[in-house]
Amino acid sequence: MSSLAVRKAAPAAGTTPGTAQGPPLRGRIALVPTLTLLLGALYCLLPVAWVVIAATKSGRELFSTFTFLPGTGFTQNIKDLSAYRDGIYWKWMGNSALYAGLGALLSTAVSAVSGYALAIYRFRGRETIFNVLMAGVLMPPVILAIPQYLLMAKADLTDSYASVLLPLVLSPYGVYLARIYAAAAVPGDVVEAGRMDGAGEWRIFTRVALPMMVPGLVTVFLFQFVAVWNNFLLPYIMLSDDEKFPITLGLFTLLEQGSNTPALYTLVITGALLAIIPLVALFLVIQRFWSLDLLSGAVKS
Amino acid sequence: MTTARRKPYGVKGAPYGFLLPATILFVLFFALPIGYAIWLSLHKVQVKGLGLGAGARNEVWAGLRNYTDALTDSELVAGALRVAGYGLIVVPVMLGLALVFALMLDAEKVRLAPFTRLAIFLPYAIPGVVAALLWGFLYLPDVSPFYFILGKLGLPQPNLLDGGPLFLALSNIAVWGGTGFNMIVIYTSLQAIPAEVREAAKLDGAGPLQTALRIKIPMVAPSLVLTFFFSIIATLQVFSEPTTLKPLTNSVSTTWSPLMKVYRDAFNTGDIYAAAAEAVIIAVVTLVLSFGFLRAANSRTKQEEAR
Repeated sequence: MSSLAVRKAAPAAGTTPGTAQGPPLRGRIALVPTLTLLLGALYCLLPVAWVVIAATKSGRELFSTFTFLPGTGFTQNIKDLSAYRDGIYWKWMGNSALYAGLGALLSTAVSAVSGYALAIYRFRGRETIFNVLMAGVLMPPVILAIPQYLLMAKADLTDSYASVLLPLVLSPYGVYLARIYAAAAVPGDVVEAGRMDGAGEWRIFTRVALPMMVPGLVTVFLFQFVAVWNNFLLPYIMLSDDEKFPITLGLFTLLEQGSNTPALYTLVITGALLAIIPLVALFLVIQRFWSLDLLSGAVKS
Repeated sequence: MTTARRKPYGVKGAPYGFLLPATILFVLFFALPIGYAIWLSLHKVQVKGLGLGAGARNEVWAGLRNYTDALTDSELVAGALRVAGYGLIVVPVMLGLALVFALMLDAEKVRLAPFTRLAIFLPYAIPGVVAALLWGFLYLPDVSPFYFILGKLGLPQPNLLDGGPLFLALSNIAVWGGTGFNMIVIYTSLQAIPAEVREAAKLDGAGPLQTALRIKIPMVAPSLVLTFFFSIIATLQVFSEPTTLKPLTNSVSTTWSPLMKVYRDAFNTGDIYAAAAEAVIIAVVTLVLSFGFLRAANSRTKQEEAR
C-alpha cells in the first residue's frame, strides 16, 4: 500500500499540465486525443441519453417510434410511477437516501477518527491494526454477507434498517483515505501545540484536527455514499419486506415483474431515470469545488 | 481539566481509544462472519428420525466433505469458467480504455477535457443494477436503437442476450461502469509526473506517442498494478449485473456466476453449509489470484530496476 503514498502537487481539476506557458500554437487542437475522448464520452452518455428519451414515451410509443425520438408521456409516466402501489417508489428513494446518507455519515466519522489515530500517533501495533483493517477490502462481500445474514438472524435483526446500515459502516478504503488526508493535512506541531495548551487528545482531534481534515472527509463521505447507494447484494440478502427496500432492489423487483408484463416497462424505465438523477446531480454540483482526483487519494500540498 | 500527571497516559491510550469503534465493527462484521463461514463450511446437518422436535436436527462435523463436493460440482466449475472468460474480456478492455483516456486527458492542447472527463466518469455514479437495466433494454430488439438501425440497413440482427454475444453484452456493462473510475486513478498519477521530466523528453525530441510509451506508462505502473488488482477482485465477484439481466433472457441461469450459485444454495436450496464452503473457495481463489498478480508485478518491477 505504500506505493500509494501521498501524491503532492496534483494540479487543480480541469487544468491541463504542460500548457501553462502558453505555447505559440494556441489555436491548434490535438485532434486525436480530443476525438478519442469525445468518442469515449459518447459511449458513456449513450445509455443515459437513451433513458432520458425513453422515459418521455408512453407505453405504446416505446415500441412503435424510433428510439431517439422524444415521446409525449413523461408526466403521465411519473404519475403512473408515483401511483404504483401507493407510491412505494418514493419510499424506496427515501430508504436509499437514508441508507446512503446516514451510512456514509457514520462511516466518515469512524474513518476520520481511525485515520487520524493511525496517521498522528506512534504506538505499538499501529501497522498491524492498519493491515488487518485493510485486509477487509479484499474480502469478497459474499463470504461476509451470508454469515452476516445468519448472525443477524440469530440476533433477530434481519429485515431491519440496521441490517443494511451497520455492516457497511466500517469502510477499509475510507480508513485508508482518511489516514492519507490526516497525514497530509494535520501537522504534528499543531497537535503538539494543543497539548502544550493543556487540551486533551479528544479535544485536539475535534477542535483542531477535524476542521483541517474536512476536504478529505468530504471525499470519504461521497465515496461511501455512492458505495451504499449502489449496493445491491447486501439489501438483496438481508431484506424481504419491500417497504424497506433501497431503490436498487426496488427497481430490480419491478423489472422482475415487468418482464412478464411489457406494460410495466415504462415504469421501470422512468424509475431508472429518476434513480440516477440524485447521484449525477450530486457529482455535477460538487465537482465545481471538489476534485475527482481526490477519490484516488491525491492530496494537494 | 487534564492534569499533568494524567497526560502521558492519555497520549498513550488515545490511539487505542480512537481505534475502538473500528475494531468493534471489524470484529462484529468482518472477523466474526468470516470465522462463522469457515465453521459452517466444515459442518453439515444431520437429521434424526423425521426431523421433528427439538434436537432432531444436529450440526455435525463434516470435515472437508463440503469442499470436495463443491470442487467436483459441475455447475460451480462451469460458472467459474464463464466468469474466467468474462474476466479475460473485461479487465484488459476496461483498463486499456482507462489508460488510453487518461493519456489523452494528459496530452497537450486537448480540448473539452473537463467535459469528457466528467462524462466518462459519470457511469461510476450509476448503480450496477441500473446500468445493467439500461443496457438490458438497449439489447432488447423491441426497444433498441441498434436493432432499429440494423433493421433499416437490412443487416442481420444478432441476439445479444444469448450464447457468445451474451458474454460481450455482460462485459460491456462492466467496462462501461468501471472505465471512468480507473481512468481517474491513472490520470491522478499521470499528473504527479514532474514537469522537468516532461520537458526533458521534449528536448530529446520525443513525440507524444513515444513520451507516453517510454516515460508516462512506466511511471504510472504502480497505479496500473493497483487498478488491475482491484479489477480482478471485482470481476470474480460479479453478481448484480447478470442477476439483473436474468428477467430479460432465459440464457442467464441462476448459477451463471459462482456468486449466484452461492446465493442460490444459501437461500433457495437452503444448504448454507455447501454455500459457506463455496464462498470460502471463491474468497481463497480471489486472494490467491490477486496476490499472485501483485507478487508477479512486484518482482518484474524489481528486475527492471536491477537492470
